[in-house]
Amino acid sequence: MVTVQRSTVINAPIDEVWEILRDFNGHDRWHPAVAASVLDNEKQTDQVGAVRNFQLTSGERLREQLLSMSDKEHSFRYAIVESEIPLKNYVAEVSLKPVTDGNETYWNWLSKFETPRGQEKELAELVAEGVYEDGFNAIRSFVERTPSGSSSTSIDHPSLEGTAIKIDRHGGPEELYLAPVLASAPGAGEVRIRQTVIGVNYIDVYCRSGYFDLLKPPGIPGMEAVGIVESVGAGVRHLSVGQRVGYACPPVGAYASVRTMKAELVFPLPDHLDDETAAAGLLKGMSAEFLLHRVHSLKPGEVALVYAPAGGVGRILCQWANHLGATVIGATSSEEKARIARAAGAHHVILPDGASLEEQVSDLTKGHGADVIYDAVGKDSFSHSVAALASCGHLVSFGQASGDIGAYDIGSLASRSATISRPNFGHYTDTAGKIKAITDRLFSALEKRIISIEIGQKFPLSEASEAHRQLEGRHTTGSSILVPDELLKGRK
Amino acid sequence: MYVSSVLAVSVDKVWPVVRDFNGLPNWLSFVAESRIEQDRPADQIGCIRAFRLTDGGYIREKLLALSDYDYSFSYSILESPMGVENYVATLKLLPITDGERTFIEWSAEFDCAPERETELETHIGENVFLGGINDLKERLKT
Repeated sequence: MVTVQRSTVINAPIDEVWEILRDFNGHDRWHPAVAASVLDNEKQTDQVGAVRNFQLTSGERLREQLLSMSDKEHSFRYAIVESEIPLKNYVAEVSLKPVTDGNETYWNWLSKFETPRGQEKELAELVAEGVYEDGFNAIRSFVERTPSGSSSTSIDHPSLEGTAIKIDRHGGPEELYLAPVLASAPGAGEVRIRQTVIGVNYIDVYCRSGYFDLLKPPGIPGMEAVGIVESVGAGVRHLSVGQRVGYACPPVGAYASVRTMKAELVFPLPDHLDDETAAAGLLKGMSAEFLLHRVHSLKPGEVALVYAPAGGVGRILCQWANHLGATVIGATSSEEKARIARAAGAHHVILPDGASLEEQVSDLTKGHGADVIYDAVGKDSFSHSVAALASCGHLVSFGQASGDIGAYDIGSLASRSATISRPNFGHYTDTAGKIKAITDRLFSALEKRIISIEIGQKFPLSEASEAHRQLEGRHTTGSSILVPDELLKGRK
Repeated sequence: MYVSSVLAVSVDKVWPVVRDFNGLPNWLSFVAESRIEQDRPADQIGCIRAFRLTDGGYIREKLLALSDYDYSFSYSILESPMGVENYVATLKLLPITDGERTFIEWSAEFDCAPERETELETHIGENVFLGGINDLKERLKT
């Protein structure tokens, strides 16, 4: 048995170092020996048991499994499960400790393993120097690369001109108008993006009309876009100039050809996902991801009732819930929408008829009811949803298309021992770590065609008002996207 | 209660100094004298050190664990003027392999009257542990 131990002190607070190291699948971002890292299916980067597949810069491949991780102890252990380098029974531990009298971090890297006879020294050196010491130095330059408070950014990158859709007051689609815009130089923690495609969501209509107070005029609406990183501010490590990126979250401001925003909300896009599909599907797909995996962890055999199953999020919920092994029931209003729901994976579709929704669900499930209900209708559906639940069922209320639900007597939930969730997109997507976990699974589901994004309408950015008119008039199918006019001209 | 620091000498130079359970006066400026009760060896698990502080305070502590392999030891307070109960502390050294340096951590857990918690944590963390580590740094210079 060979033991290798290396330790050092990094001149950065422990939280900063730990945030980088705890990303078990992110070591390719900083370690010079790792060219690429990919997780095995359906696991998260901080999920114990996850397996990362390393492609080393030296050419070898190896697979390592996360055995334990503790945010409390700032440590994790992992084992090599498969390797083209002859390291047997390799178990390693990375642990950090705070240096409390200096805001630094002590970092210990320890491993035990066996090697073929005669290769002990050579392989111990490879691990100690090629992996651990080089890793220390990489993290050292990684955290010290961008000194904060650099005032030179505004000189290096002056403001960038572009166009944007603005409103000066809340109102109808006619309030949307095209105007020149200046994207300021990215400050610390910011990124500036040349946007290529912008997604249109119904929430944009609410922001424009004033139903939601996310946009205080004058301002620019829009929650989702993709583009190319034009420049990054100090302290931004996960993005680089020229990278293809996207985002889907508040604050508003996406209806623009250039934008400067908080970098931690922005993430790289995988090669298999084109700009238009990403812009059309990020917000809806991320919503479906956390509704099915985080708000409620959908299990095979559960009965899931999905309202508006032909709509943007609803269609993805049907596709994904079906894949996860649930019995999917769609509740919609017309035979045309029922067809879309069935094509997306709904096993049953409920249409308005003589019987109530809860009676129809009960009939379809032989009296069991729905284990989980995804309800964005709100006021008109809430009581029916509670009644349609199985005992100990979970009602996920994630929108109120028909109006506010208002006050509700929670005592009546005892009839089902019901659990109610009212998730807010913002709380599931407010850190880079959360966004990465959600988008990793979303991108994987898109790549495997578990879910698909349908683009129904494409407009020049200058015609955003027409896009809103069609969306509000229910004349659209699938997602609507906007493309900056100058890019359309460029393509001829 | 957790305090840590980096010492500018290798672990094999630090460990003999702090390992001596009867050796507090050799490096802690606020300890005047120390003895081991019943004439037991200072590295016998269960031995009790009785020492007097320069301000006159009298403290008895029991050695709970000592590891030359891990460079660490733990002890409990049997008697002290601080008003703490169930006080268990651990001092541990960790080598820093890139350079002749040592990571030192000193931690404690204890119970006390709720209104005294902040005051005691400040006293133990800053005066005893951090003060002690700074004394140790001074001692190691010579």
